[in-house]
Amino acid sequence: MHWLRTRGRATAPYGLGLIAVLLIPALLNVIPGIAPGYVLYLVSLALIYAIVAIGLGILIGHTGQISLGHAGFFAIGAYASALLTLRLGLPFVVAVLVAGSVSAAIGFLLGLPALRLSGPYLAVATLGFGLAIPQLVVWQSSWTGGSSGLHGLPLASLPLGAFTIVFRTDQDYYYLAAAVLIVLTIFARNVVTSHTGRAFVAIRDSEIAARAMGVDLVRYKTTAFALSALYAGIAGALYAHLLHGISPEDFTVLLSVDFLTMIVLGGLGSIGGALSGALLLTFLQNALTRLPVVHDFKNLYIVVLGVILILTIVFFPQGLAGIARSWRLRRATRTLDRPAGAGQIVELGERSGVR
Amino acid sequence: MTGPVLEITDLTIRFGGLVAVDGLDLRVNAGEIVGLIGPNGAGKTTVFNCISRFYQPDRGTVHFKGRDITRSGSHEIIRFGIARTFQNVELCRSMTALGNLLVGQHVAMRSGVIRDGLRLPGVGADEARATQRADEMLELLGLTGDRDHVVSTLPFGLQKLVELGRALVSDPALLLLDEPTAGADKQEIQGLADLIRRMRDRFDLSVLVVEHDMSFVMGLCDRLYVLDFGRRIAEGAPADVRNDSAVIEAYLGEPELEVTEV
Repeated sequence: MHWLRTRGRATAPYGLGLIAVLLIPALLNVIPGIAPGYVLYLVSLALIYAIVAIGLGILIGHTGQISLGHAGFFAIGAYASALLTLRLGLPFVVAVLVAGSVSAAIGFLLGLPALRLSGPYLAVATLGFGLAIPQLVVWQSSWTGGSSGLHGLPLASLPLGAFTIVFRTDQDYYYLAAAVLIVLTIFARNVVTSHTGRAFVAIRDSEIAARAMGVDLVRYKTTAFALSALYAGIAGALYAHLLHGISPEDFTVLLSVDFLTMIVLGGLGSIGGALSGALLLTFLQNALTRLPVVHDFKNLYIVVLGVILILTIVFFPQGLAGIARSWRLRRATRTLDRPAGAGQIVELGERSGVR
Repeated sequence: MTGPVLEITDLTIRFGGLVAVDGLDLRVNAGEIVGLIGPNGAGKTTVFNCISRFYQPDRGTVHFKGRDITRSGSHEIIRFGIARTFQNVELCRSMTALGNLLVGQHVAMRSGVIRDGLRLPGVGADEARATQRADEMLELLGLTGDRDHVVSTLPFGLQKLVELGRALVSDPALLLLDEPTAGADKQEIQGLADLIRRMRDRFDLSVLVVEHDMSFVMGLCDRLYVLDFGRRIAEGAPADVRNDSAVIEAYLGEPELEVTEV
């Protein structure tokens, strides 16, 4: 029954997060002096990035397969849904689902070379993928709009039986992004705490042991790639309709590094970590690019990104999730007077998403 | 059962110019505990890696219960009923003992990322069944107290036990043990021999064990194969092998013959 208790404790932040999601718009409306529309747009962007981070976290944190090219999947999802709604006039919902599926299929294909590559070689291969996608978009300018991109995307809408919900305002879209994130977070949590998630972690811990225990590396590595690409693709589609327009420069390699930093900062192998890392970094980037004193906005953010990566890896290798864990642990040992060692061991098990 | 559980015929594998295993014939009958011994570098673990399909032999075949497994994938072997342990312990380090024993039941559980992600009906029941089975195995091995401990925090001896449990929980017909005594002291070694025999009786196992602690295999095994430079130099009951002149020559100057390694 030990795991029940740890699970209950780990679920509490999600409950608080849900309450925050519901209350944020109301709060913004009562706080004077800020533009709620812009803040909600920014939060929506952070939630969309969090979707990518969760998917990438399953690939890197749980399965141990690096990717430096997830901006590529994000771009594929964004362009797929933009083209489907703009050129073919397909409904938003269909476009998002197709965009996610296309991205997942390409993720599966990229997973195939990953079977033969590991470590730095896989990093370079995925980096190449991430570099190639925006370039391909520019070359195929006749239908992608080239470097000027695609604009004037229709409003997101959701048909519900007789009537249709149209997401007109920033607040509407915020609720949409939050709902998708919640669904995908639950899905990811279910995956990593189950049979499939155990196979992922087994591959990360020891490929030899995983094979000897009957884990089919071909199947599970490609599954991890496809799943993380699905998340990035859906997020990309949401991104395109949040901005109503996209261009290749939205999807540079730097965005892939952003995604990686989010999950490292949050803590590898932790879904809550991926969430908090994505939120924190998105707000930080926005704050830095709007800082009035600094003129060279964009480069300052890159420097800060690098510093965050270094500091996290050196001082908090388990990221925000690790800090939260040790804080909880200290509190638990103080109140329950429980031996610290025993608590720590349970916590470590929780980190891997496996009980 | 008719016929041997494991039958290896003319197994040969080369690494570059070195012939690691040379025309080996080996048989394990149902219920037998068979030892594969030899000096360091004799090719014992290489034979294991051919059986569990980590290496592809250059010549020869491996049959398990009459089925040719020489071309099977390494992840398929456990489904046929062959489970193994490793010389230096290959556990899933970040998982708990329980987690490792759940991984051991990987092939017995239905899988599917969508099924798991949506928690479709049956997922919870599967998990509960596997957890119960793992708990029973932990209790049998005296590991109940370490159930929720991350295995990398456990002492080496317990890690080896967890690894044994992970192999057993897959319900194998043939258990491959690679140096089970490595890192154990004399008292633990005696207990280990008893444990392996008890597990054999309880789970209807056949066991193939690679070892270089001679006193351990002499006491444990029904039959021994002796390898030297990849060739089989002797085969038979422990008492016969002990007095075989080729074996004594191969082990000349090898302290492992008499001394228990700690």
